[in-house]
Amino acid sequence: MHKENQPLVFELSKEGRVGYSLSELDVPEVELSSILPTEFIRQEEAELPELSELDIMRHYTALSRRNHGVDSGFYPLGSCTMKYNPKINESVARFPGFANIHPLQDEKTVQGALALMYDLQQQLVEITGMDEVTLQPAAGAHGEWTALRMIRAFHEANGDYQRTKVIVPDSAHGTNPASASVAGFNIVTVKSDENGLVDLEDLRKVVGSDTAALMLTNPNTLGLFEEHILEIAEIIHGVGGKVYYDGANLNAVMSKVRPGDMGFDCVHLNLHKTFTGPHGGGGPGSGPVGVKTDMIPFLPKPVLVKTADGYHFDGDRPQSIGRVKPYYGNFGINVRAYTYIRSMGPDGLKAVTENAVINANYMMRRLQPYYELPYDRHCKHEFVLSGSRQKKLGVRTLDIAKRLLDFGYHPPTTYFPLNVEEGLMIEPTETESKETLDAFCDAMIQIAKEAEETPEIVQEAPHTTVIKRLDETRAARHPVLRYVKPTETAEI
Amino acid sequence: MKHRYLPMTEQDQQEMLKVIGVSSVDELFADIPEKVRFKGEYHIKPAKSESALLKELTQLAKQNANSDEYISFLGAGVYDHYKPVIVDHVISRSEFYTAYTPYQPEISQGELQAIFEFQTMIAELTGMDLANSSMYDGGTALAEAGMLAAGQTRRKKILVSEAIHPISQDVVKTYAYGQSIDIVNVPLKDGVTDLEALNTLIDKETAAVMVQYPNFYGQIENVQAVSDAIHAVKGLSIVSANPLALAILTPPGKMGADITVGDAQPFGIPESFGGPHCGYFATTSKLMRKVPGRLVGETVDEEGRRGYVLTLQAREQHIRREKATSNICSNQALNALAASVAMTALGKKGVQEMAKQNILKTHYAKTAFEKAGFKVPFQGAHFNEIVVKVDGSVEAVNNTLFEKGIIGGFDLGKVSPELQGHILIAVTEQRTKEEIDALVQEMGALQHA
Ligand SMILES: Cc1ncc(COP(=O)(O)O)c(C=O)c1O
Repeated sequence: MHKENQPLVFELSKEGRVGYSLSELDVPEVELSSILPTEFIRQEEAELPELSELDIMRHYTALSRRNHGVDSGFYPLGSCTMKYNPKINESVARFPGFANIHPLQDEKTVQGALALMYDLQQQLVEITGMDEVTLQPAAGAHGEWTALRMIRAFHEANGDYQRTKVIVPDSAHGTNPASASVAGFNIVTVKSDENGLVDLEDLRKVVGSDTAALMLTNPNTLGLFEEHILEIAEIIHGVGGKVYYDGANLNAVMSKVRPGDMGFDCVHLNLHKTFTGPHGGGGPGSGPVGVKTDMIPFLPKPVLVKTADGYHFDGDRPQSIGRVKPYYGNFGINVRAYTYIRSMGPDGLKAVTENAVINANYMMRRLQPYYELPYDRHCKHEFVLSGSRQKKLGVRTLDIAKRLLDFGYHPPTTYFPLNVEEGLMIEPTETESKETLDAFCDAMIQIAKEAEETPEIVQEAPHTTVIKRLDETRAARHPVLRYVKPTETAEI
Repeated sequence: MKHRYLPMTEQDQQEMLKVIGVSSVDELFADIPEKVRFKGEYHIKPAKSESALLKELTQLAKQNANSDEYISFLGAGVYDHYKPVIVDHVISRSEFYTAYTPYQPEISQGELQAIFEFQTMIAELTGMDLANSSMYDGGTALAEAGMLAAGQTRRKKILVSEAIHPISQDVVKTYAYGQSIDIVNVPLKDGVTDLEALNTLIDKETAAVMVQYPNFYGQIENVQAVSDAIHAVKGLSIVSANPLALAILTPPGKMGADITVGDAQPFGIPESFGGPHCGYFATTSKLMRKVPGRLVGETVDEEGRRGYVLTLQAREQHIRREKATSNICSNQALNALAASVAMTALGKKGVQEMAKQNILKTHYAKTAFEKAGFKVPFQGAHFNEIVVKVDGSVEAVNNTLFEKGIIGGFDLGKVSPELQGHILIAVTEQRTKEEIDALVQEMGALQHA
């Protein structure tokens, strides 16, 4: 990676340079002031940069070299399923017939796009075991919130206005409680037991006639399968609540068990994780939601339907929660997910899960002698180690993560889930080879040794990156969230 | 199973299972209750080879009329604009698109700096103090602005102009219901928000007013008057703005807006059947700690070198959990990058030239329609859209245009009963004079037929 700082694009700007090519205006030029009242005419120009095309390309190329992606190297970021992003997906999403179509075009003129969406919905119905799927939500958290809004609508349609509580395990991802709160619910946290699973005793204590839903990911964020899932579902259904499946971890169970068969009433998927989105540096994603029959009336509008004369959007859904997103979801991401599913087929998706789970268990067993493994049982697609042993030596999980950067790896997810001290959450995915896993394990083992013998090497890491550890406290105390052009007085 | 994405060989698998200490893969799934275990394979289509799939999907894509092949006058929130070719080359660099949220700043400086630049460009265009690093889209960004305002003012009523995109209004309503916020519509007068009606609707319970700039009907709202009215009761002024228009229109930040949101789709982002686009969220320093989503801030490393990090994370769901005011996590980062590259390529002068072409070509179209005898009901200042009255049904007009290779405008009768027979025409810099003339002529021929 480049060591020198890359200037900001604004600092590279020089008055008079251009990086664009617009056609000449071919209609009569008239004074803006003759068609716009002066109070609407901007007085100060927006300070956007001025660069030539090559300088722009060099700038962003330099930035890209200061960035690590899956194509750069191993990226075992737990809970994020950083698998390979197939290149065919990128080509297909850019076909003019997919990229350059307008969402408000006459349905007759976009039947190919609608057919793809419909088929994707059908495939996701089969994969999740639900009865219907909407592609509208833009990401995982958006899907969670959509489903919770539907759960609320479902209860209210039954006259059940007292169901104000959503139960969330202490190991849940932060979006779960946040989505429930934005959907208007109060949150009740349920503890994990000594096996890292939902504590059934505790669950029985917190459920009641005010329970709207339980949110669960299975396998949970420790990578462990909630083996009492049928009992859990029974407890919630017994009091009239709904069971919600956070599909962030679906990579662990494809073709092995379906949320719909485990007793879940609704589910969101992260197409940017399990179905190769890609992750885009933090999005865009896609978070379809699947539901069982009794919740279909509440799906967001419009609903895509198939009739004898083709595909249509049906907006006549009186019980729908309404729209959750303009138009029909992140279509471009859905095209990529569809391409992926069609590239893998049924046997491929089964192999995906099996290989992902083998990879995770293999790494877990290789690393177990060197790091604390809080829950010693077969994991699914990911596992969580604790840096508690190293912490006693003065080396924190943060240090271990930073030291991994020196080996060219993106570190695992750290300090999550919250119920593991100094957590290191490792998700290799199925697209990584044994050689890659071995090399990463060797690095982790070396770091464990360093923690014992030369802890300062770990504590002072990273040593090879373009920049050292950054002062996050300063960033938060004195926020600088944008560039400001230095004024002449400031330069003096 | 041999597949190009799956490197595990038979031999690998044997060796790995041995280390794990199991004799079969199935043992790793033994904790799934037998009763619900899925047997066999999914009933989905069989896998296709790379070239066979490419062929099939090429055919499927061809069934869609696209704006490369058709001349499009359809806007209504999503536009066919000039996309500098360089944009796609930058976002195709896989160091960007195969990364995730920049949690590890030492190996994510590229993404972080690009976002910091995006935040700056959006703040510049909107005239606001700061901007976040993207929302899902303009509609959900507007809804989040409403929730922020309700939380900030502890009030539960929001006034929404009827000239806000009807689809965005729907999204706002869905979010508002979850938060028990009342949405009250402000009616229109001559295609813009009726300021008199607004003044009678505003009261001490009003958290915010939302207007769109330029509005759904292409008209330019008097944002300053709206801000003054809501500020009189200490509520917030929320503006949904087309960022391209802001290259030549007075920015909301100079007209009292407390929050400016919108979609950066006009900057290098394909229409893509409505998504993914790129919502943005810009506001004042005062509301900085209430902003939803990610913020990138500047700082220094241990050796004093300038660098960038995700900051003010105490606002966010992964720290605050149920106390978070927004649940957004993954956003539209790659499209924020695309928009940044487009804004950089267009630059300070290009955005103005492009915006100006939109306004002048739309003005030309308006004059041409009026000359041809069409009624243009709203005569206020416009950006790149106008409303035109046609005889008979818009659907019939659009069907005929389509046969001539033209994607016509949006049928306003679909969203407003009073506007039956009215069409919303968008004219971007992409449309030539000949194309505009052809549109007017074809529509004129229909009227006199
Ligand atoms: C377990 C879990 N749930 C939900 C989410 C939220 O998904 P998204 O970031 O797409 O909103 C994530 C991802 O970060 C996750 O790991």
